[in-house]
Amino acid sequence: MSYIPNTPADQQAMLERMGLSSLEALLAPVPEPVRLRRPLDLPPALAEPDLKRLLMGMAGKNNDLDSMISFLGAGLYDHAIPSVVSHLQRRSEFVTSYTPYQPEVSQGMLQAIYEFQTMVCQITGLDIANASLYDGATALVEAALLAVGPGGRGEVVISQGVDPQYRRVLHTYAHARVFSVTEVPLSNGLTDLAALNEAVTASTAAVVVQQPNFFGSIEDMSAIEPIAHKGKAVFVAAITEPASLGILAAPGDYNADIAVGELMSFGNPLSYGGPALGFMASKQKYMRLLPGRLVGQTIEEGGERHTGYVLTLQTREQHIRRERATSNICTNQSLLAVGATIFLAALGKQGFRELGELCLQKAHYAYLQITSVPGFEAVFATPFYDEFVVRSRVPVAQLQHQLVQAGIIGGYDLGRAYPEMENCLLFCVTETRTKDDIDILINALREVQA
Amino acid sequence: MSSAEQLIFEKGAPGRRAATMTAMDVPTQPLESMIPPNMLRKEAAPLPEVSEIEVVRHYTHLSQRNFGVDTGFYPLGSCTMKYNPKLNEDMAALPGFARLHPMQPDETVQGAIQLIYELEHYLAEISGMERVTLQPSAGAHGELTGLMLIKAYHESQGQGHRNLVLIPDNAHGTNPASATLADYKAVEVKTDPATGGIEMAHLRALLDAYAGDVAAIMMTNPNTLGLFDSNIVAIANMVHEAGGQLYYDGANANAVLGITRPGDMGFDVVHFNLHKTCSTPHGGGGPGSGPIGVKSHLVPFLPGPLPAKSEQGYYWQDAGPQSIGKMRANNGNFGVLVRAYTYIRTYGPDGLLHVAQSAILNANYVKHELAADYEIAYPLTCQHEFIATAERQKEESGVTALDIAKRILDFGMYAPTIYFPLIVHEAMMIEPTETETRETLDYFVSVMHQIAEESRTNPEIVKTAPHTTPVGRLDQALAARKPNLRWTPGQEATH
Repeated sequence: MSYIPNTPADQQAMLERMGLSSLEALLAPVPEPVRLRRPLDLPPALAEPDLKRLLMGMAGKNNDLDSMISFLGAGLYDHAIPSVVSHLQRRSEFVTSYTPYQPEVSQGMLQAIYEFQTMVCQITGLDIANASLYDGATALVEAALLAVGPGGRGEVVISQGVDPQYRRVLHTYAHARVFSVTEVPLSNGLTDLAALNEAVTASTAAVVVQQPNFFGSIEDMSAIEPIAHKGKAVFVAAITEPASLGILAAPGDYNADIAVGELMSFGNPLSYGGPALGFMASKQKYMRLLPGRLVGQTIEEGGERHTGYVLTLQTREQHIRRERATSNICTNQSLLAVGATIFLAALGKQGFRELGELCLQKAHYAYLQITSVPGFEAVFATPFYDEFVVRSRVPVAQLQHQLVQAGIIGGYDLGRAYPEMENCLLFCVTETRTKDDIDILINALREVQA
Repeated sequence: MSSAEQLIFEKGAPGRRAATMTAMDVPTQPLESMIPPNMLRKEAAPLPEVSEIEVVRHYTHLSQRNFGVDTGFYPLGSCTMKYNPKLNEDMAALPGFARLHPMQPDETVQGAIQLIYELEHYLAEISGMERVTLQPSAGAHGELTGLMLIKAYHESQGQGHRNLVLIPDNAHGTNPASATLADYKAVEVKTDPATGGIEMAHLRALLDAYAGDVAAIMMTNPNTLGLFDSNIVAIANMVHEAGGQLYYDGANANAVLGITRPGDMGFDVVHFNLHKTCSTPHGGGGPGSGPIGVKSHLVPFLPGPLPAKSEQGYYWQDAGPQSIGKMRANNGNFGVLVRAYTYIRTYGPDGLLHVAQSAILNANYVKHELAADYEIAYPLTCQHEFIATAERQKEESGVTALDIAKRILDFGMYAPTIYFPLIVHEAMMIEPTETETRETLDYFVSVMHQIAEESRTNPEIVKTAPHTTPVGRLDQALAARKPNLRWTPGQEATH
């Protein structure tokens, strides 16, 4: 099967027009020693119906979130996607366009991103936002790089309540870019304020705290903020569960300088973790330091002076500034940003708040139920949003396997990232779990214990 | 010209809504009993209040104000705007792929890991590399990953002091930006004006001058001039002898499928842009996917985990002790990978070769047909793209590449990449791709001929273009001088 429309006859005619007899003449610049004189060792071509059968077979080997009852969060959250979102996001004019370099024929994408930037500001309570970044982890890194500055050798202080994957990515970049990272331990599931106070010094470039943190616990950001700001550090709030912003104070409310995080779960399928949707919002003063694309409103040069939208402040970016750019990012996550924009428009002011409360209430119901099953106990006594930690008497691997047999994907195994938390599970309950789902889980947990 | 579309924030009315929420089917508790009062949100986020029909009309209108490959010809150089098969979209949307959580136990995602495992092997074969990580999110992310691998390798060899990366002056801007991010200093290598390839004497001089400090060279081959650097074997030998590694920017890999392989050219690291070469849609600027392939000496440094297979099935294997770590959360842009997998299985080995050959033929055909009206920057056999210029038009009537690009829009086509590469004045970088019919190419040529005519006889129509688009030329200077990056209530409507 092929999407090449020109037939051999077409191609022959084109070659003749150029005075050539064969295609081979056009490959002359590729020297013989590097020519591949054998077919690539790949499976043979398949026709569409056969390929569909193959891919559906592979997809069928997976237990998806519609066929299982899932209590996984740990950085990515299963939120319902209204039908209207997918239908509009998949319009091919959005899907098949490139980065909007020619604004006159890209107004749709540019305006949608301008709306996205606005909505990110609305939910985070900050002044400005960029057009998206790869994912929450790389968005956090970009915030750290912004704070450290070009050629800087500053230090980033980060709470161990931040998603362990995000911290791993930060360490990876920090090694290459040569800045130091200091991790602040937790105490009873929350960032240890005394340790934080000790870690933050005059040379600290950024202080990063996640809200709610990786354990779902709600950090006291109003107590953290003065510590973060006691020097000249940039205070960065990481948000992996944006539904929490319907209920919890916004980063702007607690005087964060920058908010970064993950918006994939708003309107985009979880898709085994990618493509994701990193965001960055900040106070106005960081505008010229922001990484990535920014869309701005302007007017026509002449004519009716209609409003229009363009990519702007591009002198920050790699294609202009090259080695002095604020970031190397080029391709970002525009189509996912369109999905999140339509999602937030569809939920609206009221729906966004309701979503926030649904997750909160359902998680608290599940918490009470699970911790009443013998053999399962709460690990922390902190306030939490829609995730919480439970210690299991039964080894986690065994528990997970038995739950899968019962059609349930249990919580995230915290022992994987926190060795001291062996046999602890991070349960997530979003609005997509019903009371019946939770009751089925409770019964399964009782059976495992029995 | 139609007027501007209102913003979603300017539509609707208090109390309106589209999506309805699931039932609150659990016993509830007062918010204050669950959340400390100082951490409660005081004011609701001021999101739009619109009905479903308003949401649908609004975003439908926006889509109609946007141009994609499905709308028409998109000869945007170095971006490989080929047709994005609908089948691939359907496959990525299968619930068995789209509705997976990355933390699911391996036993519940055997098909997903299998797909990743097999795709890695396909890409390794296509590029001539030992292993491939599918983790990087886009080309620039892949570049950074590759440079980190090179850095880790040098450190392991006691060569951690190497701090320079050689980059040709026609390279993509991401190359030097990625080098900086990896704490390398970018050093520019000149282009040979005769061949369009690397100026060998300059490369020799740089390698001699910076002996022992060169960590790598980053190259695109064919390069951004659309020219294959025939000296590649000599270049590889020179850089390797100087202790440097060779990095292949795969942005232009559409031209080499089945014809030659970066690994065989001598490259140590290669990144793919699956959103170019494997035709996954660009989505208005993303998502992309930038897998990295490496030769065996770099395998221990790859970010983890990597897919593996045992008698029990597929599983994720943690990275070894020398791994650079992790480049992002989770394991890559899986949805993009499903599309790329489908694409490769659609074409098979002969088909992929035909893709590259046809892309090269189409580019050379358009170059041949435009040569009467426009200067061709390097009038040589090109590969997947070439650079025409507006030098002649600028001299004759002051019509620039920008003007010509805007005028093309009036004819229902997107514009070429302009003013890039930076070393060519008034550059128009044209990449037709293999998925265009001869008729479309001929139409583009006829439009370009007409614009060349207009530039002589009626340059004003070109200089004031576009005339038929949803908006006319926009004031970029104003946008940068008075940045307005978000809507605020009461913001003056300018339309």
